[in-house]
Amino acid sequence: MTTLLKGFLASTVLTTVASVSSAVELEVTHWWTSGGEAAAVVEFANAFNATGNTWVDGAIAGSGGTARPIIISRILGGDPMHATQLNHGRQAEELVEAGLMLDLTDVAEAEGWKEIVNPSSLLDSCTVDGRIYCAPVNIHSWQWIWLSHKAFADAGVEVPGNWNEFIAAAPALEAAGKVPLAMGQQPWQTAGAFDVMTIALAGPEVWTDVVMNKNADAVQGAAYTEVFEAAATARTLAANSNVQDWNLATNLVITGQAGGQIMGDWAQGEFALAGKTAGVDYTCLPGLGVNQVISTGGDAFYFPKQDDPAIEAAQKELAALLLSPEVQVAFNLKKGSLPVRGDVDLSTANDCMQKGLEILASGAILPGSDQAFSPDTQSEIKDLMVEFWNDSTISASAAQERYADIIANAD
Amino acid sequence: MSLISTETEAMHRQDRGAKKPIRLFRNLNAKVAALPMIFTALVIFIGCTLWTIYHSFTKSRLLPAPEKWVGLDQYERLWSTRRWLVSIENLVIYGACTLVLSLVIGFTLAALLDRKIRGENIFRTIILYPFALSFIVTGLVWQWILNPEFGIQSIVQSLGWERFAFDPLNNGQIVIYGILIAGIWQGSGFIMVIMLAGLRGIDQEIWKAARVDGIPAWKTYIFIVIPMMKPVFITALVMIASGIIKVYDLVVAQTSGGPGIASEVPAKYVIEKMFEAQNLGQGFAASTMMLVSVLVVLIPYIYLQLGGSRRG
Repeated sequence: MTTLLKGFLASTVLTTVASVSSAVELEVTHWWTSGGEAAAVVEFANAFNATGNTWVDGAIAGSGGTARPIIISRILGGDPMHATQLNHGRQAEELVEAGLMLDLTDVAEAEGWKEIVNPSSLLDSCTVDGRIYCAPVNIHSWQWIWLSHKAFADAGVEVPGNWNEFIAAAPALEAAGKVPLAMGQQPWQTAGAFDVMTIALAGPEVWTDVVMNKNADAVQGAAYTEVFEAAATARTLAANSNVQDWNLATNLVITGQAGGQIMGDWAQGEFALAGKTAGVDYTCLPGLGVNQVISTGGDAFYFPKQDDPAIEAAQKELAALLLSPEVQVAFNLKKGSLPVRGDVDLSTANDCMQKGLEILASGAILPGSDQAFSPDTQSEIKDLMVEFWNDSTISASAAQERYADIIANAD
Repeated sequence: MSLISTETEAMHRQDRGAKKPIRLFRNLNAKVAALPMIFTALVIFIGCTLWTIYHSFTKSRLLPAPEKWVGLDQYERLWSTRRWLVSIENLVIYGACTLVLSLVIGFTLAALLDRKIRGENIFRTIILYPFALSFIVTGLVWQWILNPEFGIQSIVQSLGWERFAFDPLNNGQIVIYGILIAGIWQGSGFIMVIMLAGLRGIDQEIWKAARVDGIPAWKTYIFIVIPMMKPVFITALVMIASGIIKVYDLVVAQTSGGPGIASEVPAKYVIEKMFEAQNLGQGFAASTMMLVSVLVVLIPYIYLQLGGSRRG
């Protein structure tokens, strides 16, 4: 026993010396629990374990809405995990300001994140007072509509190429007994879909003016009137899709019961899982086929501050690893998201991801609304949207009025 | 009531008998033993409540920010938020219906069981059983029962009434009643048990006297037994009322506030503003309003209890 222990200790010391940093267990929390997501996380875990450290997985079931309060209360409650997923943007703003997060600036400088992270806005979202506090790992864009070839074939119409053609094809879909637009009724989905319609129909300039500059007068303008009317139309088209979860709504599209769904690029994982091929079974239109723009929200890892220098070293090692080219490729191919660095080879990605990569390369990008609004303002928008999408008695103009109010008080 | 009043009377008698200087040190062990609880009550219950109320007047976001005083801003925003108003409206409907229906159903079931029926134990167990389920389970069960494609609607339709429609959970106008059904199903068994205990406490001589006078059973219940059961009713009332104000998990499990915001309740607003919206100030303001509503229920109760014993 003692010799075994000694031998073990000796080998540990040896590996410690060999890999400079000592072997440490890091507990990592995240909310990636669906099939494709879990497979993607394993890529991180394997890469980290290969360095001699141990990745202790702390997956929290449920969406970000469930997981974030748990993560934040653990950090505030003095029981911080060693690393955690959050959406980069303003969710961790106050935690950083309160000095609860590890400063990663030296890692970022050593690894040259400033040069490799594309778009640079991702790194800006991690930056507070010139210091970098998080490691962005992927880019998720919301601006997609997913169309079912089967549904349109059954209805006897062509698969539309943009939003207006989609609206024009809706009566035929309805006549064929299809739900034109699948829409899960959770608040984040309706709010997200509205945001997508705004960028597509009002255009990126007006959107930027409202969302980034908080210009409430622009909300009262004609461009937004058009968006709210389109949203009211979409509301009638979605009236019969009685589902809550986004993947159930996606499933309506996959099975051809619904014509299309406005959803972020993570929907792609569901199509892949169902064995569908882009361009043959389904079509994806970035920016609803109108404005080919994608927003660059996504996920990032934050590292809550610890007292132990060994753990701190391991945290920094993990941060560097997350952005390394091999890990970026392996992770993002599984996740269906775009890598945060432009210098990696993703030729094996499918059609939809290629479209996303092209737009990313062309620079037609906007920040995600996570980066623009505080969680408080976002929750107000969600409250308005979920009410608007579910209650057909609220007119487009009434909703526009209330949206302008929220923007006027937004922060 | 009678039990409490005899207790307090006994205490008064002891107080009068005691000499003043010894009074503080009498039962010293018991008092020392009670200290941790007194401390807990003062710090945790009262202290934290005051802390919460104070912070509801600040612009606290993710972290408490006692220095950012904003006066009544949070309350103004609260009462101009449609979601909060809908929540309050739902709480009033849910509360009024739960209060009346729980008492009526609970008492009726108890009275029926009290008629010395065969198999009372079995019925009592069956009726009390839903109370053993958590609200989450209750909510999920009723979500399925009320689902138009699998539940009541499809069963009745398959029996031949093809135009029968009963789909409360997808109709914003009546969704709160769908939640109400589940709440009543879960809670009325417990009220029944309390009522049954009260009924068993009624002296059999009273029943005999009523029978001798030829008073029908239902009249005996309404005019004689119920007035005698006032303390039991008050206990049941407080139980139901506190259950109403904190209703949260049932809604989360059954509808998560939907469709739209049609079945939102105040407790859900508090939780979501505090943790999801990262706006502690707003959540505290809403929870302070909930505290006020609890006090509205509790103060008359305390008044009734204390006032009753003073008269006694």
